[in-house]
Amino acid sequence: MIWDTGDDHMTIGEKLGQISWSLVLLITIVASVGFAMLYSAANGNLDPWASRQMVRFGAGLGLMMVCALIDIRIWMRFAYILYGLTLLLLLGVEFFGFVGMGAQRWIDLGFMQLQPSEVMKVCLVLALARYFHGATLEDTGRIPHLVIPLLLVLAPVALVLMQPNLGTALTLLFVSGALFFLSGVRLWKFGLVIGSGLAAIPVVWQFLHDYQRNRVLTFLDPENDPLGTGYHIMQSKIALGSGGLFGKGFLQGTQSHLNFLPEKQTDFIFTMLAEEFGLVGAVAFLSLYCLLLLYGFVIALRCKHQFGRLVGLGLTVNLFLYLFINVAMNMGLIPVVGIPLPLLSYGGTATLTVMIGFGILLSVHVHRDVRMSRRGISDF
Amino acid sequence: MLSAFDRDAERQRLLTRRTIVLGGLQAAAVSALVARLYYLQIVEGDRYTMLAEDNRISLRLLAPPRGLIVDRFGVPMALNEQNFRLTLVSERAGDPTQILTQIANLIPMPEPERRRILRDIQRSRAFAPVTVKENLTWEQVAAIEVNLPDLPGVSIEVGQVRSYPFGEAAAHVLGYVGAVNERELADGKGDPLLEQPGFRIGKNGVERRHDLALRGTAGNQQLEVNAVGRVIRELSRQEGQPGRQVTLTIDSKLQHYVQQRLGQERSASAVVMDVHTGGILALCSWPSFDPNQFAMGISSELWQSLLKDETAPLTNKAIAGQYAPGSTFKMIVGLAALEAGVVGPDFRVFCPGHYELGNHRFHCWKKGGHGSMNMHDAMKHSCDTYFYEVSRRVGVNRMAEMARRFGLGQRTDIDLPGERPGLVPDEPWKRRTLKAPWHPGETLIVSIGQGYMLATPLQLAVMTARLVNGGHAVQPHLTKAVEDLYRERTEWPAIGVTPAHLEFILNSMHAVTMEQGGTAFASRITHAGLEMGGKTGTSQVRRITMAERATGVRKNEDLPWRERDHALFVGYAPINAPKYCVSVIVEHGGGGGKIAAPIARDILLECQMLEAGRGPVADAGPAAAPAAAPAAAPAVAAAPAPAGEASR
Repeated sequence: MIWDTGDDHMTIGEKLGQISWSLVLLITIVASVGFAMLYSAANGNLDPWASRQMVRFGAGLGLMMVCALIDIRIWMRFAYILYGLTLLLLLGVEFFGFVGMGAQRWIDLGFMQLQPSEVMKVCLVLALARYFHGATLEDTGRIPHLVIPLLLVLAPVALVLMQPNLGTALTLLFVSGALFFLSGVRLWKFGLVIGSGLAAIPVVWQFLHDYQRNRVLTFLDPENDPLGTGYHIMQSKIALGSGGLFGKGFLQGTQSHLNFLPEKQTDFIFTMLAEEFGLVGAVAFLSLYCLLLLYGFVIALRCKHQFGRLVGLGLTVNLFLYLFINVAMNMGLIPVVGIPLPLLSYGGTATLTVMIGFGILLSVHVHRDVRMSRRGISDF
Repeated sequence: MLSAFDRDAERQRLLTRRTIVLGGLQAAAVSALVARLYYLQIVEGDRYTMLAEDNRISLRLLAPPRGLIVDRFGVPMALNEQNFRLTLVSERAGDPTQILTQIANLIPMPEPERRRILRDIQRSRAFAPVTVKENLTWEQVAAIEVNLPDLPGVSIEVGQVRSYPFGEAAAHVLGYVGAVNERELADGKGDPLLEQPGFRIGKNGVERRHDLALRGTAGNQQLEVNAVGRVIRELSRQEGQPGRQVTLTIDSKLQHYVQQRLGQERSASAVVMDVHTGGILALCSWPSFDPNQFAMGISSELWQSLLKDETAPLTNKAIAGQYAPGSTFKMIVGLAALEAGVVGPDFRVFCPGHYELGNHRFHCWKKGGHGSMNMHDAMKHSCDTYFYEVSRRVGVNRMAEMARRFGLGQRTDIDLPGERPGLVPDEPWKRRTLKAPWHPGETLIVSIGQGYMLATPLQLAVMTARLVNGGHAVQPHLTKAVEDLYRERTEWPAIGVTPAHLEFILNSMHAVTMEQGGTAFASRITHAGLEMGGKTGTSQVRRITMAERATGVRKNEDLPWRERDHALFVGYAPINAPKYCVSVIVEHGGGGGKIAAPIARDILLECQMLEAGRGPVADAGPAAAPAAAPAAAPAVAAAPAPAGEASR
């Protein structure tokens, strides 16, 4: 029986009791900050963004609870299957995808538009965690044992790059790298890969699209092209900087409300927050987010099985990458890549995948003490 | 061999260690973000705040209304008129093509114009008004207004355009306004108004001289705009200082009359001045141009035709035309001689029609000669021989010095741009500029206002005023007042010539018009109490050769226009207590007594008639001349041109 998780299964009630309700509360608080910012982005209106985002978050909360209650061993058992399905979806966007924001990223499921690349972030973590769960330290020390996980990583990365979505591809690489690192892959191997990666930059540069090259070039010198691609970075920096210590006040951000700030409800929502609430508000928000990350670390480290630890850490690193890439991009520290800030940015897929991620993280927490065999069955 | 548990424990320890490393890296990364935030928001915060304000706030200038220019009685001579402009905001128009078709049914709109408008609409932002038509007539405004409900997005905007009700009659005094050019922008000391599109500044005349006062200062309006430039709201508004009103000494009625009177000639100018205050009552140059066309934006064809016209309509000849003053200079020669004591009033010279100096013969304008002349008669008949002799005795330097005391040879500093200084030659001047010694013969030529001598009509008016006002150094001016900034000066210091000498000169000028045989007797004023005095002048613009003199000097009428003599007259009235003086120059008009004196007479008469009740004004037509001097004609109808002739 596929749902049979062995003799240590818990009742729904027991599981609910084990859920970290403080984490759920923290997630809701961060999401509420997002609602407030979306309300401000619409010049003090719930429509069109805040209200819809609330509905999505509500659905995401439900989905999170469902994911949290599913036994971690079920997640492990279905890890490869989920990964495979998502890989198929990624292939699907290549052929049936819709063009949005200049790249093929979305697939229309009827009730919502899905970005398989976002879903892949979760599924790749599951797949790699399952693989490394079953691999001993000796195994990870041997190069032939690294071929399969490498293929697991490179297949979606290649597909995402073809969309083309550089930001997500890099995120997938970073998350995978973290999991390889945590699983005990030797540092010199990373050195080798990073070294050859750097050496490959000139080659990759040839394959980059013009808009991607422009983004990198403008990033290096935004003032050079203030009316063109540098506009976003310039205006974002002006908005951030003009926030000062305490900000201009809620609904008072001139840069965002007068539309100087582009994409203020999605990719540049952090800038809007920093403009309206200043350094104090921005640092408070970052602290809340870091608290979320801390929960992830603690949950992972308290887990008794490698799969749970790797899944927890993988999801946490993923969340961190969202935060870092988005905020750094808002500040003009890295080139503009289309990465949203989960729980804050307006957008369906990112919200749902992050909520699924939190759900799985909660599942790791709830099922931290279950016994697990190398294949995910409680056989010892 | 390790148990599965031990193996997992080892794996977990490694994972924990590496998790701490990873967490440390993440903490470092987040710290970097916070540091960047601190840098942007605190260290560079002020700079970015300024940039955000620059983004947000659009400063618009509120152009102040330009000050009026009024005449001495408050009659507006330059004012601002409403200018109606039809605009279309495409985002409110629905289908602009349809709206344009509807507009075309109400006001004429040629096809190219229509294409231009549609192109403008495509180019500009949806909320920005596009000008459909400028300078709508009142009827067109009415037609549009009535149909406005059916014309969404269409509106009529009111602008201001400078208007000159006297048109070409006052063009040279008032000047005109025009768009700011690069040089004016650079000289503008950063007045932001100059950078306003469509802003006009004074280009000439009083408009230019008093431009700063007339311009006023800009108000400003702080508008909050969004990223595409749409105005969200007005943040603040500071009204500017409207341009100040400039009151001129001009009498607009007289100005108008003089211009019309000059209009009977091909090219002429005249200056009427109050002899006591120095206030200019009329200053005209003919032909003229319509400054209203400049204010609207002049077409290049018209501009070219104005530039090429040989009568120079754009030049203000009253201040920039330099002419040999001819016999009008004889008062200065006589006065210089009397003051120097080289001759007395009774000094006599016999005029045989010419004067010998060395081996040169200098001709009097009257071929047969005047016979024995004293100074009074020499002035009355404008005898050249008499003044040749007098000038030889007084010398050029003393004549020049007297000329300068009476305002010749230097700019009068009238408040108009473009004045020229004229020229009073003397020995040092010739040594300095021509590096040549002075010839005695040249003194003789200067004595009849020829040769190097040059004067503007304005200078001649000033000279006359100083002669007849009791010898006070009045200075000519056009500005009576600039609101609270300026009041005209009306008290002038004495020049310091012997009153008896001055009175003698005045009496002889009296004779020119009032005594039988005077060169302007035919053009005298016969109204009791309004009589004028004056002096004729005819300045030669060509050299008369010996050959021509032998065969008979050609009459002016037989010469091409450019070679004919200039006709001059300086006069004043009333004769017993002079108040007004006038100088008239008709370019290539012929004899001063025949051509210029009647004009001066009409002007001085009009002057006094206007004063005597601001009553009905005589029409400045040819019919006016007999009416003004009914009894003058028979006696000296064919008065010969008193020409100063010189052969070198």
